Amino acid sequence: MRKVYLDHNATTPVHPEVVKAMLPYFSERFGNPSSVHSFGQEAKHAMDEARGAVATAIGAKRDEIVFTSGGTEADNIAVTGVTSALSNKGRHIITSTIEHHAVLSTCQHLASMGFELTELPCDGHGIVDPQSVREAVRKDTVLITIMHANNETGVIQPIEEIGKIALEHGIVFHTDAVQSLGKLPLDVNALGVNLLSVSSHKLYGPKGVGALFVRRGTPLAPSTFGGHHERKRRAGTENVSGIVGFARAVELATLDMEARQGRVLQLRRKLEEGVLSTIPNVRLNGHPTKRLPSTASLCFEFIEGESLVLSLDMEGVAVSSGSACTSGSSEPSHVLLAMGVPPAIAQGSVRFSLGTENTESGVDYVLDVLPKIVERLRVMSPLFRQSGTCVGEGTAG
Amino acid sequence: MYSEKVMEHFKNPRNVGSMENADGVGQVGNPVCGDIMRMEIKVENGRVVDAKFKTFGCGAAIATSSMVTELVKGKTLEEALAISNKAVAEALDGLPPVKMHCSNLAADALHKAIQDYLAKQGKAPETAKPETKSEAAPQAGPEAGSEAAPK
Repeated sequence: MRKVYLDHNATTPVHPEVVKAMLPYFSERFGNPSSVHSFGQEAKHAMDEARGAVATAIGAKRDEIVFTSGGTEADNIAVTGVTSALSNKGRHIITSTIEHHAVLSTCQHLASMGFELTELPCDGHGIVDPQSVREAVRKDTVLITIMHANNETGVIQPIEEIGKIALEHGIVFHTDAVQSLGKLPLDVNALGVNLLSVSSHKLYGPKGVGALFVRRGTPLAPSTFGGHHERKRRAGTENVSGIVGFARAVELATLDMEARQGRVLQLRRKLEEGVLSTIPNVRLNGHPTKRLPSTASLCFEFIEGESLVLSLDMEGVAVSSGSACTSGSSEPSHVLLAMGVPPAIAQGSVRFSLGTENTESGVDYVLDVLPKIVERLRVMSPLFRQSGTCVGEGTAG
Repeated sequence: MYSEKVMEHFKNPRNVGSMENADGVGQVGNPVCGDIMRMEIKVENGRVVDAKFKTFGCGAAIATSSMVTELVKGKTLEEALAISNKAVAEALDGLPPVKMHCSNLAADALHKAIQDYLAKQGKAPETAKPETKSEAAPQAGPEAGSEAAPK
């Protein structure tokens, strides 16, 4: 059966060159980087090189990179580390309603421990207004954390402008750039951030490794204990093979990035335009242009997201959905709700996230199978009348 | 994630649609929560002779609705009221725990259709049998068995 993978925001296949780069570090150069002997030093050397590669890719210095187990851990270290270090200065955190749960849940956990949280709203396009950040700043604000590119919609936030506001007020500023590394140019100085989270498996690297950029001078209390690794910022023997793989993936992703992402954008536009022009009652979520090249979040009215995902899977196409049923929660994507998408419509969301290995023929295939799938589910739906109008809530037996 | 039976009912759902002059109609759930099931039944001589469904919902929601219409055809009203969420889930070789509430909804939609039929006949609504209540489902949620107000 034809297989088309369109869920790159969830994860990506590891690039063959990345696998090649990692292999020696399993059984040949397997030493612990903290060991004094040559086995250890060899591993440490590889790790230092990797650190340099990641730093270069984001305009940082080597010693400002902390390797972690992924984006979620990087977000956790950033938020808990800063607030812990500055707890005497204040206990107010500014974030947004559209953050990934790795940031939001951490913030909400701190709120339950006595911190005060301001969750800034976004507009209908999914963008946070920098002015709202300025207005939310208080004397006791110790952290601003706003993500760079959203995982659900791909929408890109005005990080540079928010960075300027943070600098003006002397407040530590973190951004979750997990979805943007390798897709958008990232420069920590242009962005004006103190901290930035990234993750390997979103850019054709292995799972289980990521990094947190920590600008020199940023207050950060340790959150894991048991070793002085990563300059005492993250205890634990480093995942050397993963780190080497991550660095190679970063190098490959940033090489010729503009051209490759340009092609992804073309394919995504073809898919988006194709869906919007052939299937009625579909809406696109998020800003039309301030979006990652890869991502198209679409709501298909009158039907539910998980059944769409399953149906597409039956045809070999992999996507994800923001419906409650897909996430096992009782509410649809908090990002779509924050954007003002009505809950019933948010339940019918599908996220298409393309990658560099997708092809035009793959997109054509999806455009071929999708209309029939949507029609089948709509015919089954009590919300859909053949004329394409909503039956309306309240019609019941 | 889903059993073969669930996938079979999802791919080839039985009895999709609606009927002219249905004898009883029951609709449960709400779109805010992501599940709506509508059941229509035809009753002759105290038996459900035909059932049709329409569902807005996930794979489990569609499969349980389909299975309920299959289970109910030919049953007496009493037997139909005794069809429980457990029976629906078992007939489908089980559902993931997080999806059990879908089987509740399916059973509830059917029971509501029967109550509707009885009300139309001028009969007092039957009290549902204990096992039809959603005892097995974890966090059945506000949508189970009612058109709850949107959250």
